[in-house]
Amino acid sequence: MIALLKRDLALALRAGGGFGLGLAFFLIVVVLVPFGVGPEADVLTRIAPGILWVGALLAALLSLDRIFALDFEDGSLALLATSPLPLEAAGLVKATAHWITTGLPLTLAAPLFGFLLSMETTAYGYLLVSLLIGTPALSMIGTFGAALTVGLKRGGLLLSLLVLPLYVPTLIFGAEAVRRGAAGLDASAPLILQAGITAGCFAILPFATAAVLRINLR
Amino acid sequence: MSWTRPVLPWSFALAGLCLVVGLVWGFFFTPDDFRQGSTVKIIYLHVPSALMAINAWIMMLVASLIWVVRRHHVSALAARAAAPVGVVMTLIALFTGGIWGQPMWGTYWAWDPRLTSFLILFLFYLGYIALWEAIEDPDTAADLTAILCIVGSIFAILSRYAVFFWNQGLHQGSSLSLDAEQNVADVFYYPLLICIAGFVLLFIALVLMRTRTEIRARRIKALQARGQHA
Amino acid sequence: MLHVTNLGCARGGAAVLRDVSFDLRAGQALILRGPNGVGKTTLLRTLAGLQPALSGDVTMPEESAAYASHADGIKTALTVTENLRFWAEVYGLTFDAAILRRFDLADLRDRQGGTLSAGQKRRLGLARLAVIGRKILFLDEPTVSLDTGSVAMFARWLQDSHLAQGGIAVIATHIDLGIDAPALDLTPFKSAPGTGGGTDEAFL
Repeated sequence: MIALLKRDLALALRAGGGFGLGLAFFLIVVVLVPFGVGPEADVLTRIAPGILWVGALLAALLSLDRIFALDFEDGSLALLATSPLPLEAAGLVKATAHWITTGLPLTLAAPLFGFLLSMETTAYGYLLVSLLIGTPALSMIGTFGAALTVGLKRGGLLLSLLVLPLYVPTLIFGAEAVRRGAAGLDASAPLILQAGITAGCFAILPFATAAVLRINLR
Repeated sequence: MSWTRPVLPWSFALAGLCLVVGLVWGFFFTPDDFRQGSTVKIIYLHVPSALMAINAWIMMLVASLIWVVRRHHVSALAARAAAPVGVVMTLIALFTGGIWGQPMWGTYWAWDPRLTSFLILFLFYLGYIALWEAIEDPDTAADLTAILCIVGSIFAILSRYAVFFWNQGLHQGSSLSLDAEQNVADVFYYPLLICIAGFVLLFIALVLMRTRTEIRARRIKALQARGQHA
Repeated sequence: MLHVTNLGCARGGAAVLRDVSFDLRAGQALILRGPNGVGKTTLLRTLAGLQPALSGDVTMPEESAAYASHADGIKTALTVTENLRFWAEVYGLTFDAAILRRFDLADLRDRQGGTLSAGQKRRLGLARLAVIGRKILFLDEPTVSLDTGSVAMFARWLQDSHLAQGGIAVIATHIDLGIDAPALDLTPFKSAPGTGGGTDEAFL
């Protein structure tokens, strides 16, 4: 498992774009929003938690189709499937690698982007924590979606259509936690529910991912 | 599936009968609601279609589970056949809801938890149908959509609860939500029941017909494969 | 060690092969022959467990088989050594650099996978088989894009290092590898559509 994680991280670093592209996209979303809704600080303050969460979600979505596509094309996915490493573990590792290369940088960058949207100062901690808890779920759900569409030629758009509805609960609890934080309310309930969803995703989806990969490799 | 041949015309006829009786009774022979006036009568379309939108998904889930466990081919095709019917039911429910909502709440759309849940259900249907359409090999498509349906069901339920949580965070209570069944009087209740029966029968008839079509298509494919060989 | 009895397999929902049976003991190899489309790749994928068999049984010791397809599974951004070391680690082994010489890759050890020629990639893909140390190999056209010298080198490795040490190989190939192995023509095992239990036939 560690070998696969090391390899995937090395590939993400070398091929370039793994870290940078998602972050740049996130920044652009955050920059575009004030152009759309106007520069009034009070409007931006109110919508900042939602924009940051939706932006992070879309940035994570951007790199999903690369999770399995390259391995599928060059044949290493079939070789992995016949190796002693269970595909369940491979799915888990792929999700982890995706989180380290996209979810984690997005989490760390989000508070910086919060300044651009003049977010409430009380919300920064909640933004960091909710993204830290929530983005692993985004990666795991996305890995499942990527496995579903891996055999398809034009899977990218379909992948978004399949994955976005699955992101709804994560987005709701994540953004809700930040909103409550911004309003100075207790945000522990959405954070706990968010953690529950993430834990549930990692408990169930590796198996679904492996099942789907086996079908696609048939 | 040969038993469906005699059943099919009867289920269509019964569905038509129930819908005509239920709708005519509901539209013309029930009194106006003292508070809502005649707008309440859209209930005869709204409630049955909303009910069937959810039931169609449950039927797809059951059929998917049967396919995954027993590998019964008809069940995979039945799930495929039900999806477009389900999506139309969801759309009818959303549109009739909007039409009802305009005079009642002063708006066609509100981010009420119930409405939002249906919109999310609609997205799940779209994803499911798109995946079926995208995959060429029918068995691969059946397997993948079955797993999507099972995983999607879990997330659909999660979304529903998440949406209720989310809305409580925004509004104080759900003053917009109108729970029809609780405050429906008997005069409205019986035609409503007949309409629901009509929608159920219509759903069964449509799914049977579509499943038969799917089976025929697969049979043609198998015969063509055999013909090419001979 | 490898027993195949009455195996039937399908491609894209249609049965292609039926009643394939053979037995291989340690040290034996089998060459699969037959025209394009007869089902050599399908048979190898079924043996490797990538797709379910329609009928019949395959018995072999657990955790002993490896599969090599048309695609080599080479990561273009990793060097030759890194590619091989990765597979060694996945199989829980340590990478032995002597294998590089065996497959004439020693000079290329620090080159990135993407800069290799087709034949060099193929050699790297075959070197993976030596790295992972599996006893039973299912090889699908292992010599594609290899020159005659490399084919001889691969055949030598297969004969001297793999088969001689109790390994087994099932190889689909159109050329003569020059190793001591019987050939199995798959043409007689071809399954007529509508008779082998492919999935579309469930509707007839």
